[in-house]
Amino acid sequence: VHFAFTGQQIEFRDTVRRVLARECTTDDLRAAFAAPTARTARWATLAELGVVGLSVPEAHGGLGLGLLDLVLLLEEAGRVALPEPLMATSALAAPLLGDLEGAGPAGATRVRSWLEEIAAGSITAAVGPPPGCPAPVAGAVGADLLVLTTPGPEDGPEVHVVEAGAAEVRPITSLDPTRRLGAVTWEPTADTRLASGSRAASTILATSDRAAVATAAELLGVTDRMVVMAADYAKERKQFGRPIGAFQAVKHLLAGAEVKLEFARPLVYGAAWALDQGAPDASRSASAAKACASDAAVEAARVSLQVHGAIGYTWESDLHLFLKRAWALSEAWGSAAEHRRRVLASLLAPA
Amino acid sequence: VVAENLVVCQISPDTPDTLEPMDPTMDTPMDLRYTDAQEAFREEARTWLSAHAPAPHALASLDTAEGFEAHRAWERTMFADRWSVVSWPEEYGGRGVGILEWLIFEEEYWRAQAPLRVSQNGIFLLAPTLSEFGTDQQKARFLPPMASGEEIWCQGWSEPDAGSDLAGIRSRARRAGSDDGWVLTGQKTWASRGAFAEWCFGLFRTDPEAERHRGLTYFLVEMDSPGVTVRPIPQIDGETGFAELFFEEVFVPDSQVLGGVGRGWNVAMATAGSERGLSLRSPARYSEAATRLVALYAERLALDPERAVLTADAVAQAWIDAEAYRLNTLWTATRVLDGGSVGSEASANKIHWSETDLAIHRAALALLGPAAELHGGAVDAPWLDGYLFALAGPIYAGTNEIQRNVVAERMLGLPRG
Repeated sequence: VHFAFTGQQIEFRDTVRRVLARECTTDDLRAAFAAPTARTARWATLAELGVVGLSVPEAHGGLGLGLLDLVLLLEEAGRVALPEPLMATSALAAPLLGDLEGAGPAGATRVRSWLEEIAAGSITAAVGPPPGCPAPVAGAVGADLLVLTTPGPEDGPEVHVVEAGAAEVRPITSLDPTRRLGAVTWEPTADTRLASGSRAASTILATSDRAAVATAAELLGVTDRMVVMAADYAKERKQFGRPIGAFQAVKHLLAGAEVKLEFARPLVYGAAWALDQGAPDASRSASAAKACASDAAVEAARVSLQVHGAIGYTWESDLHLFLKRAWALSEAWGSAAEHRRRVLASLLAPA
Repeated sequence: VVAENLVVCQISPDTPDTLEPMDPTMDTPMDLRYTDAQEAFREEARTWLSAHAPAPHALASLDTAEGFEAHRAWERTMFADRWSVVSWPEEYGGRGVGILEWLIFEEEYWRAQAPLRVSQNGIFLLAPTLSEFGTDQQKARFLPPMASGEEIWCQGWSEPDAGSDLAGIRSRARRAGSDDGWVLTGQKTWASRGAFAEWCFGLFRTDPEAERHRGLTYFLVEMDSPGVTVRPIPQIDGETGFAELFFEEVFVPDSQVLGGVGRGWNVAMATAGSERGLSLRSPARYSEAATRLVALYAERLALDPERAVLTADAVAQAWIDAEAYRLNTLWTATRVLDGGSVGSEASANKIHWSETDLAIHRAALALLGPAAELHGGAVDAPWLDGYLFALAGPIYAGTNEIQRNVVAERMLGLPRG
């Protein structure tokens, strides 16, 4: 057992943290709220750093690394509420395309070029929910590539990839406009199909598990940001002649949120490791991670708003930029309750 | 080096908190698997326990005179085959294994549902403190009989007017006229196992003039010393788990001062770190209870599905909380093995394990419904006793309210109140 990140992973995280602190300020977020865009100068910067193509195979211009290498970076994305689709493109679409590269003989060339374009930062992707889940597609508006699923005719589910021009995307308003939600209408054809049958089913399961962990990692970052913002505010704001953070009622709210965050963290890191390893209980680990990360985020959102008081309830305060991301992601790719149900089902299943 | 080995977890409350590996050039990749040698150690422990451990709940409660002696006999059995303190150096009766092997042993111990550790105040709390602050003579004198169960320890910290505000203790120690020791006077309370223990580690005020954290000294006191009176206190379950201790002119020689005169607060904080951090409550305790909770759920789902499904969310979350604690412990253990330390995260840890214990037992009682109030072995697992014990968790080892203050002040930097 060695449950720690490597020096290299920590250094990469620190670099990304520094870059994002500069390139993704709350002013930048407000601009993104006003005009949400998938590909930006910031996206190009992240691609140059190797972040975007991190899980694209080396042969196609990426770093060929796993989810464990990505979780710390997703956490940084969450910390700044990054408006660009790092999670969908780099944590979901790239590994899915990498896995299916050899699957469809007709599509192999196309898949390769998509992977190369992802690594180069020239396209972004959105990934739809698993079949039977009526959620809109996050990041669909403005995405270059849409990874979508269908329940399939009789042979089980199918995975399709559709380029932007071939689908109709109707924008749906989210409380966080940078989510760029859309309802996608498209025609599944043999040409768009990348996988079917059991291959598609296992791809969909793997993608859902990765999505749970990747979303949980982003939530860790958002949660940390909200707790820090509220703690900073509690040190500054004075009432009754003292900083409000000196009052136990305030301390205990923030300490409770902090403890939830710190105990969600090892679940997320452990689940990323388990998925990369293909561990037998990896799906359960993914669900445990998402359940706790969602709960920690919702609690931190409640507490940080409460500690800020009325100023936190304004548009002028930066807090809402993070609250909205936390609320959205806490329900995305399975709520805490859904993942708890999945954990229990897995525990009850005969070994 | 031998002495450091004893410590399951070195606690240094004054070092800065960090979650990063100490050495940034470290390139060991993450790995959550145990080695073959560690799995072999697990097998050896499991085999020994299955051959020697009493049947689950076979011994009388350790909070009774009869049960106390039965538990002491079990400690002696373990000690004879070097299983009572596996992480200690061999010279003190251990096997000199590392922190990960200790965690493995704990997993097997709880899986076997072996008896509660009557020597826990000694082996889990005092021993790491002795290792850090004790002289070689003190270690040689106190550790072996602690490991064998021959000498059982209790903790003399709280007083009627000093609980959460521990630095407010009033029990005094003045220099003996013979100038070779101290004379203790005062009253301690809530001493777990105080009714039957042979020894007590306690905090006494040696300098009433000094700032209140500085005038304290940590003493090791023999309970049959002249002037010590013990008054057992029946607990919420009716058993005498803890006691009041009265000290009237009790002589304690200089050789039984731990860590230096006036340094009692620092020494006590090391003990408290063990109590809240890795040492006292290993994750196996909760993982095992959570596994039994899931089994109870499966059983009740067949018998009383309507009630069972109402608890599904709580059962799952309790299991997840135990798993989070297990992983967090591996995270901390890795940091300690890489040369790091445990600071104020021990307070977050204590909040988490105490609340997890409650969550597990509350879910079990909800599953049992009307059967939950039945006492005396009416159900397979003593969930009710476990619940009563869990209720103490947020109180002992420093209340969770005090721990939340520590988290807020030291992890989040909020001003002291």
